[in-house]
Amino acid sequence: MIHSLFLINASGDIFLEKHWKSVVSRSVCDYFFEAQERASEAENVPPVIPTPHHYLLSVYRHKIFFVAVIQSEVPPLFVIEFLHRVVDTFQDYFGSTNVGDQLPTGQLSVVPWRRTGVKYTNNEAYFDVIEEIDAIIDKSGSTITAEIQGVIDAYVKLTGMPDLTLSFMNPRLLDDVSFHPCVRFKRWESERILSFIPPDGNFRLLSYHVSAQNLVAIPVYVKHNISFRDSSSLGRFEITMGPKQTMGKTVEGVMVTSQMPKSVLNMTLTPSQGTHVFDPVTKLLSWDVGKINPQKLPSLKGSVSLQAGTSKPDENPTINLQFKIQQLAISGLKVNRLDMYGEKYKPFKGIKYMTKAGKFQVRT
Amino acid sequence: MSGNGLTYSEHGGEAAPELAQEAAPAVTPSAPAAFGLFSSDTKKNEDLKQMLESSKDSAKLDAMKRIVGMIAKGKNASELFPAVVKNVASKNIEIKKLVYVYLMRYAEEQQDLALLSISTFQRALKDPNQLIRASALRVLSSIRVPIIVPIMMLAIKEASSDLSPYVRKNAAHAIQKLYSLDPEQKEMLIEVIEKLLKDRSTLVAGSVVMAFEEVCPDRIDLIHKNYRKLCNLLVDVEEWGQVVIIHMLTRYARTQFVSPWKVDEVVDEYNENNFYESDEEQKEKDQKMKTTYAMDPDHRLLLRNTKPLLQSRNAAVVMAVAQLYWHLAPKSEAGIVSKSLVRLLRSNREVQYIVLQNIATMSIQRKGMFEPYLKSFYVRSTDPTMIKTLKLEILTNLANEANISTLLREFQTYVKSQDKQFAAATIQAIGRCATNITEVTDTCLNGLVCLLSNRDEIVVAESVVVIKKLLQTQPAHHGEIIKHMAKLLDNITVPVARASILWLIGEYCERVPKIAPDVLRKTAKSFTNEDDLVKLQILNLGAKLYLTNSKQTKLLTQYVLNLGKYDQSYDIRDRTRFIRQLIVPNEKSGALSKYAKKIFLAQKPAPLLESPFKDRDHFQLGTLSHTLNSQATGYLELSDWPEVAPDPSVRNVEMAELAKEWTGILGKPKKEKPTEKFYSESEEEEDESASTSSSGSGSDSESEKEDKEEGSTDESSGSSSPSEESTDSESDSKESAAKKTCRAVNESDSEVIKKKAEGISKKRSTSSSSDTEYTSSDESSTGSKSESDSKSDSESGKSRNATSNKKEEKPVQDRKNPKTQDMFLLDLDDFCPVTPVAVPRAAVLSPSLAADLEGLSLSSSSVIDVTTQACVPTKTHELLHRMSGKGLAAHYHFSRQPGIFGDRMVPVQVTVTNTTDQKIENIHIGEKKLPPGMRMHEFNPIECLEPGGSLTATMGIDFCDSTQTASFQLCTKDDQFNVNIQPPVGELLLPVTMSEKDFKKEQGMLTGMNETSATIAVAPQNSARLIITERVVKAANLGVVPSGQDNIHRFAAKTVHSGSLMLVTVELKESSTAQLIINTEKTVIGSVLLRELKPVLSQG
Repeated sequence: MIHSLFLINASGDIFLEKHWKSVVSRSVCDYFFEAQERASEAENVPPVIPTPHHYLLSVYRHKIFFVAVIQSEVPPLFVIEFLHRVVDTFQDYFGSTNVGDQLPTGQLSVVPWRRTGVKYTNNEAYFDVIEEIDAIIDKSGSTITAEIQGVIDAYVKLTGMPDLTLSFMNPRLLDDVSFHPCVRFKRWESERILSFIPPDGNFRLLSYHVSAQNLVAIPVYVKHNISFRDSSSLGRFEITMGPKQTMGKTVEGVMVTSQMPKSVLNMTLTPSQGTHVFDPVTKLLSWDVGKINPQKLPSLKGSVSLQAGTSKPDENPTINLQFKIQQLAISGLKVNRLDMYGEKYKPFKGIKYMTKAGKFQVRT
Repeated sequence: MSGNGLTYSEHGGEAAPELAQEAAPAVTPSAPAAFGLFSSDTKKNEDLKQMLESSKDSAKLDAMKRIVGMIAKGKNASELFPAVVKNVASKNIEIKKLVYVYLMRYAEEQQDLALLSISTFQRALKDPNQLIRASALRVLSSIRVPIIVPIMMLAIKEASSDLSPYVRKNAAHAIQKLYSLDPEQKEMLIEVIEKLLKDRSTLVAGSVVMAFEEVCPDRIDLIHKNYRKLCNLLVDVEEWGQVVIIHMLTRYARTQFVSPWKVDEVVDEYNENNFYESDEEQKEKDQKMKTTYAMDPDHRLLLRNTKPLLQSRNAAVVMAVAQLYWHLAPKSEAGIVSKSLVRLLRSNREVQYIVLQNIATMSIQRKGMFEPYLKSFYVRSTDPTMIKTLKLEILTNLANEANISTLLREFQTYVKSQDKQFAAATIQAIGRCATNITEVTDTCLNGLVCLLSNRDEIVVAESVVVIKKLLQTQPAHHGEIIKHMAKLLDNITVPVARASILWLIGEYCERVPKIAPDVLRKTAKSFTNEDDLVKLQILNLGAKLYLTNSKQTKLLTQYVLNLGKYDQSYDIRDRTRFIRQLIVPNEKSGALSKYAKKIFLAQKPAPLLESPFKDRDHFQLGTLSHTLNSQATGYLELSDWPEVAPDPSVRNVEMAELAKEWTGILGKPKKEKPTEKFYSESEEEEDESASTSSSGSGSDSESEKEDKEEGSTDESSGSSSPSEESTDSESDSKESAAKKTCRAVNESDSEVIKKKAEGISKKRSTSSSSDTEYTSSDESSTGSKSESDSKSDSESGKSRNATSNKKEEKPVQDRKNPKTQDMFLLDLDDFCPVTPVAVPRAAVLSPSLAADLEGLSLSSSSVIDVTTQACVPTKTHELLHRMSGKGLAAHYHFSRQPGIFGDRMVPVQVTVTNTTDQKIENIHIGEKKLPPGMRMHEFNPIECLEPGGSLTATMGIDFCDSTQTASFQLCTKDDQFNVNIQPPVGELLLPVTMSEKDFKKEQGMLTGMNETSATIAVAPQNSARLIITERVVKAANLGVVPSGQDNIHRFAAKTVHSGSLMLVTVELKESSTAQLIINTEKTVIGSVLLRELKPVLSQG
C-alpha cells in the first residue's frame, strides 16, 4: 500500500514527509516535478506517474500536492480516496480548532464513528440539504444536459447515543444515493427512511444524484450577444440575465466568469449592477452580480478590443455561472420529519435548503 | 492498510503534531548557507536534549513535538536517539506516542540503541489496555531491526489470539511488515494468516485479507472455508477492508466458478447486430439460454452481497464492486454498476480520471452499459485536458447510428475549443466515428474538409491526417478533396500533415494527373528544407509518378533521388538507394523492377481507427496496471474461468452457520466428515443446491458449544485463570453429547426423536399448520432445483428455507457428535455483526426441543437453558385500523410462546376482527416487503370471518435481531392493506435460566465494549424484588436469574436469531437510584434495550 507520503506546496517545496515502511528518499519526487513541468497546469498533472522503482499517486487540493509513493499493484482509487480523506481530516482539524496541545485520542467505541461520553448543554441537530445544478446550456438557450448533485450535510451536537431517523416527503426522488457508513442501509431499502446513530459534529449524511435523464429546472437564463468582427479590432459584448424557474425565490450571490480568447486585449464594459474585473493577463472576466431583481434585470455591456493584426477568435467564450437560492431544493426534495430515540432530552432541530450552481456553463 | 476509524484517529494523532510543528516554526529559512543552518541545528539539538532530560513532562512533550516536526520536514534528528529512547517508558501517553513515532523512523539506523527499547514494548504487549497492546505491536513491527524478528514473530502469534479484535487487527498489519523485513518467515506467517482468516470480527477481516494478498496470494485453499463468511461479513467491514476483500474474492471466484458468459455469448452476437433490442426481448432470450446454466450459489452469494456496496460513499469501494461485476457477473447484470460509476464523476479530478479510464475500457466492449448516460460525459470547458480527452474517448466509443448526429453537433463545439490539444483529439474522434458508422462518413468528411480552412494549424494538420485515413477507406470519387488538399500544401507547415498530403497525392496520382507532377515540382524545390518525414514522402511521390507518368516526371524524380542520395539522414539515403534500384531499370536491378508498379501501387489496407483503450481489457479493471496499461509490480493475473468448476464442497464444510446463511435464511449445513452418517439416505440424494444450503446439521447448540470451547481456550491463554466450572461444564456437555451420539447413530432412532419432537411441538403450538407446512414446502424444494438461479433467488431461497425448517425439527442429532467439539466453529451473524470479542456462547437449545429432550430423558447438562416465559405482555399493537381496513381491524401482540416456528422466529399473535356487517373472506398475507434476511412464517388463510367475529392467528417473524420493520400486505378476497410490524427490542429475546455463578462468568467475558450501563431512577414503590422482576420481565422477554444479593437483580436471555447472550443486571443503590448494566455481544441491541428498560422502573 502507501509506502511514503510527501506534501509539496505551490512553490515546489517538499514541506512534509512521512514514511510507513523504510525511508524512501525524497529524490523520488523529481519524477513528479518532471511530470509537473510537462503539464501546463497543476490540474493536468497525471494522478498516476510510473517511475522505474515506484509509482507516484497524487491528489491536488488547496494548492498542495499530496504525493503517495507506492511500490506494487494496488487499486489506484484506494490510494486516491485515502489521500482525499487525509486532506479532509487535516482540513477538519486545522480548519476549526486552534492547533492546540491536545492530541486527538484514539478511542474504541461501540459505534466506531462516534465517541462515547459526548455531552452538551445545548443539544442541537442541523441538516442542510444542498443541491448543485450542473448544466450545459447551448447558444440558443436550450439545455443540453442538466443534473443535480445533492448532499445532506449535518451538524449534530447531541448528548449520549442518540438514534435519529430522518424521513422524506418524496423519497422516490432519491434513486441514486450514497451514504455515510452510519446509515442503516436495510432500513433505507425497506422503508426509505434514514435511520442512524450520528457521528459527533459535522458530517455528510448522504449524497444523491438526480441524473441527466430527469427533467431539471433551470433557475436562470442568460441572453448574450458576443461578436468579434474580422475587419475591425473591436468586438461587441453584451449579456443580460434573468430568473427562470425559481419557484418564487430570489436568486442571489450571482457571479459570472468567462475565459476570453487570447487575442482579447481589453474590455470596456458597463454593468447595470455589481462590479466587474477583466484581467488582461489571464484574460479572465469576472462579474460579481449579486441579487437578480426581476424588475430590473442585470446586464453587462460594452466593447472588446482585440489585438491588432490577429484574426478573430474561432470560438466565443463560455460563460460560467454561480448563484445561490436559499430555502429551495430545486429537485423538490423535502424532509418530512426528524425523530430522535434513545435519549430523553428534547433537541433543537433545524433543516435548511439551498440550491447552488455547480458546474453551470452557458455556451455562446 | 490503515483505514478504519480506529487507526484513522490514531494516525490523526501522529500526523497532527507534525503539522502542528509546521505551523509554528515553519518560517525556518531553507535557503541560507548550509553552514548557518547546520550550526543552528546543532544548537537547537542541544536544548532539545536538555528538555528531554528535564523532569517535567511538559518540557519533554515540547521537545518531542519539535523532534517529530523535524522528522516530518525531512531533517536529520538521528543524533537525538539516545536522549529520545530513554523516554520510551514514559508514563505520559502523549510523550510515549511521539517517542514511538521517532522510533519507527530511526530504529533501523540505530539498531543497537533501539534494542534498549524492546523490553518496554514486550511489557506493553501484556498491558491490560488493548490500545496500548496494539500500539506496542505496531511499533515493534515497524522498527525494522532484523535481530528482533523472532520476538516479532512471537508477538504476532500471541496478538493473533488476543481477546481484543483491535489487537488482532494490528496483528494482521504486523504480518505484512514482518514479511517485508524477513521473507523467510513466510511459512510461519501463513499459519497465523490461516488462523486470523477464521476470525469472525469485521474489524479483522479486511486486514487479514490484506496480509493474505501480500504474503501468500496464491494460497486460495485458505480461502475456501472462509469464503462464505467473508461474503457475509463484507457489508459491515470498514470501507478500506471492503476494497481489499472484494478484489481478492474477484480473483478467487474466477478460479472456482464456471463462466456465466457462455450463456450470454449467443445473446452477445445477436446484440452486436442490434444493440437497440429492447430489454424485455433480451431478458426473454437470456432466460431461454440460462436454462442450461445454473450459477453456483456461492457465485450468486458474492454478487448479491457486494451489490449494496455500490451505495458506498467511498469511490474505491464502488469501483471495486464495479470491476467485480464486470469480471464475474452474467453480462446481462453488469449494467447495474453504470449508474454508480457515473455518480463518481462528480468527485475529485483524480477520482474522475481513474473512473473514466475504466469506463472507457468497459464502453468498448459493452456500449449498452453507458449509452443511457451519454450526456454525463459531455465535456465542460473547465474540465482539465486529461479529463476532456477521456470523456471524448468514451463519447466516441458510445457513438452509434442513433446518437451520432447529436454527438457530431457536440463535437463541433469541441473543435472550436480554445484548448487546441483537445480540439485535435476531437478531430481524431470524428474520424473514428466516420469509419465506424458508415452513414455519417460523408458528413464527417465534409466537416473535416471545412476544418481545413481553420486558422489554427494544429487543427488543420490533424484534419489532414484524419482525412487521409478516411480517404483510404473510401478511395473512390474523392478527387476534389485531394485537389483541395494539394492547394493546402502551400501554406501548411506541420510535417505530419504535409507528409499525409504528399502520400495521398502519390497514392491517388492517377486521379489528379495534372496536379501531381506539379506538386512534385514544388516539393523538389523545397526538398532540402523539409522534415525527414516529408522527405520520405517526396521520394515516395516521385517513385509513384515515375511509374505512372514517367514522361512528365522522369527528370524531376531523378533530381529528387539525387538530392536524397546526399542527404544527411541515413534513412533518407537508404530509401533513395532502394527506390532507385527498384524503379530505374538497369542491368543489376534484376527481376524486381518488373514488379515495381505492383509493389508501390499495391492496394493498401485502410488503417483501423481504434480506441487507445482497446488493448487494456486484459488487465483487471480498477487496478494500477490497468491505469498504466502495463503490468505493475505485484500484479496478480485474473485467471480464466475454469472449464469445469472445482469441487464446490470445499466451501460448504466447517462453516456450519455460514453455509446456511448464504441464503440468508435458516438452514443447517452439513459438517465436514462426521455428520454425514446422521442423514437419512433420502436427504443425501437431494439435489446439490439444496444440500449445500440446508442439509448440513450444524445446529445452534453445537456451534455454540464450539464457541464456548473456543472461549475457554482463549480464556486460559489470555492469562486470566480458567475457572473450574468452565472445565467442568465442558466435560459435562461432552459427556452428554456422547451419550446422545449413542442414541442417534441409529437412524431410525433419530427418526423417532424427530417425530416425537414434531408431535410435541404440534401440540404445543397454537397454530396447527406447522407440520403440514413443512411437508409441503419440502416438496417444493425438490422442485425448485431446475429453476433455481435463473428465475429468482428469493423463490429458491424460500423453498430452501422451508426445507431447513423441517430439518430444524431434529437438531437433536447434531448435539450428539463428540468429534465436532474440537473443531473451531464460527458462529457468525451477517446481519448485524458486532465486533465480537471471542466470547463463549452458552449452549442454548431451541426451547421446544429442550422440553422434548427432557421428556426423553436426554436433558442437556448445559449450564444455560431456555425457559418458557410465564409473563406475557398484555399490550397489543394496532396492525390495521378498521377505518383504513374497510371494516377489517387487526391487532397484534407478542405471545412469547417459544419455538412455534423454529427457534429463530418471534411468534406474533394477530387478532383480526370483522366490524362490518358482511362476511370477510379469505384473509391472508399477501406480498411481503422484508428487509434482506428477514423471514416470515405466515398464518394460515382465514377462509371466512363472520360479521362481528374475531379470530386469532399466530405467525412467526425472524427479525434477524434487529428492530427493523416487517412490512407486508394483509389481504382479503377483495382488498389489500399494507401493514407493518416493528418489534420492541425486548421481544427479540428468548429468556434463559442459568445459575448465578454462570451468569457472573459469562458477564466477566462480556466486558469492555460489550457492556453498556446507565444510572436510572427507581420510584420507591418499585424497589421490591417482585415488582422489579415483574416490570423488567414484562418490558423484555428475559429470564430471571436467582440472585444471592438482595439489591442485585439479574436477568438473562439470548437473542432469538443468533442466540447471543443478553445479560441484564439491576443493582439498586441508595437514594432511589439503580445501576442498570447490560452485557452482550450484540451491542446495538444492548444499547437499545438499555434505553427501553430505563423508564421501566422509574415510572410509578
